[in-house]
Amino acid sequence: MAGEFDDNLVRHVAHLARLKLSDEVIHSFASHLSRVVDYVNLLNEVDTEGVPETAHPLAAVGVMRDDTVGPSVDHDEALRNAPDRGDGFFRVPKVLDQGDA
Amino acid sequence: MTIPDTMSEIANAVRSGVCAAEQIATDALSRIHRAQPAMNAFISTHDDEALADARRIDKARDQGERLGPLCGVPVAVKDNICTKVGVTTCGSRMLSGFESLYDAFAVQRLRQAGAVIVGKTNLDEFGMGSSCEHSASGPTRNPWDTQRVPGGSSGGSAAAVAARLVPGALGSDTGGSVRQPASFCGVVGLKPSYGRVSRSGLVAYGSSLEQVGPLTTTVADSALMLSVIAGHDTNDSTCADRVVPDDLGALHGQLAGVRIGVCEAHFAEGLDAGVAQVVRAALDTLAASGAMLVPVSLPHMKYATACYYLIATAEASGNLARFDGVRYGRRSEDAKDIGDLYSRSRGEFLGLEVQRRLMLGTYALSSGYYDAYYAKALKVRTLVKRDFDAAFAEVDVIASPVAPTTAFARGEKIDNPLSMYLGDVYTIAANLAGLCAVSIPAGFDDAGLPVGLQLQAAPFQESALLNVAHGFQLITDFHRKQPPKVEAV
Repeated sequence: MAGEFDDNLVRHVAHLARLKLSDEVIHSFASHLSRVVDYVNLLNEVDTEGVPETAHPLAAVGVMRDDTVGPSVDHDEALRNAPDRGDGFFRVPKVLDQGDA
Repeated sequence: MTIPDTMSEIANAVRSGVCAAEQIATDALSRIHRAQPAMNAFISTHDDEALADARRIDKARDQGERLGPLCGVPVAVKDNICTKVGVTTCGSRMLSGFESLYDAFAVQRLRQAGAVIVGKTNLDEFGMGSSCEHSASGPTRNPWDTQRVPGGSSGGSAAAVAARLVPGALGSDTGGSVRQPASFCGVVGLKPSYGRVSRSGLVAYGSSLEQVGPLTTTVADSALMLSVIAGHDTNDSTCADRVVPDDLGALHGQLAGVRIGVCEAHFAEGLDAGVAQVVRAALDTLAASGAMLVPVSLPHMKYATACYYLIATAEASGNLARFDGVRYGRRSEDAKDIGDLYSRSRGEFLGLEVQRRLMLGTYALSSGYYDAYYAKALKVRTLVKRDFDAAFAEVDVIASPVAPTTAFARGEKIDNPLSMYLGDVYTIAANLAGLCAVSIPAGFDDAGLPVGLQLQAAPFQESALLNVAHGFQLITDFHRKQPPKVEAV
């Protein structure tokens, strides 16, 4: 896999990451990311045929609790850090009939 | 009246009435404020609340109530760990002014034990960094040499403990962020086994890698703090439901017959000669006390850094998606629509290094690249873990340097992120494999800068790990050395 990160690839990834970056930053990220991807390509040296993935160091899966109702966060408290609120909701610009969100 | 140096001594003094908690808290806050302009170890302090907590403890003592194991002990908390008091900023403009609705589990445990939280310490933004230079609150300076970095990301906590502003602090370690600053600042830094301490309230960066860990001046205090914060928590489903040994705080320090694994590949090119010298001398000291040095091989260690920077950044891209300007954090004022709101808020208020890592992680997980990068890294992670499983069948602990250098100069690596990442070479594997690992002061280089020795043990073997570390502190006094007082700029 090529470690060729050009400005267009940076723009694509920045969109996936929902990061609005200036052209200058995009360009500097292209060179940084190229170098890092070049470095991590080192992993291609390792034979991982038949090796399972370790996503997590502990084997625990499906840790559950009983589905019982209990106290939770107070409604007003939950809004405490809201940048904008109204009628007990977090208020944001319109979601519908926009371009790709 | 002299306030004792260590956490356990302070707690004993408060419990017996020799020292008042209020006096101790007042003294700590005074030292913190005096050192703050020159060192910038703290982002915020909780003066009123700390004094009120301390007075409550004094009153409880006067009324003959039972006091906890950390009663009256001032403790600092890294600012990516949530506290109900004050703000939790993660060193980021994105969370400036953010008020957490709850205390992190580790903070709750400290408070239940009677500790007095005095403030929140500086860090690399969201835990992403190894120098404490990537913070919206400015860099922290190393008390041993204020032109140098304290290490990161828990640089503020390490500096505060090194300068004796507080006897103990909480940090977090995702790839070495407790151990490396401990080494750079000449203090003890412990990364507990994965799942040993609840991550509830630790703002997530690399969820499968990180742990909250203590920074202290002695291993005995580290064990004491761990015994307070460790344990099961139903609010963290990755927390191990495993009993915390009763004797965790009772260390014997016996070294005779302990098998210490040493990997010669650790001493290859890239390791500073001064660091190598101190670490080898420390190994000789351990051997002279009856420990056996046993060669071990960790063949996949050279891939650990690449592996980490794919996994950690991939996890970060998921974990930091919540910072979108909607429910909390800063919101861009220029947004035209909802998509714009997300992108502009994140673009404006997340720092450059955080953005770099989110970009790498997003790329590693993206369609067409997932198998080659993220999935591949998860397989290499299995091989790294297997290396350690094999090694720990032969030895009790593995010893190594903590970092390839001592504390470097502020600004030296900031324009070369990859070179900064490569400094994590010794610490990173423990996070991939979920091991417990500690950095302890092992000496000083020719420039008088601290050098740490890292010990690693198999998951949940903290008792074995800390006994060796404590044993080293019984026969050396590097951990008692203090930097010169950091005061006026």
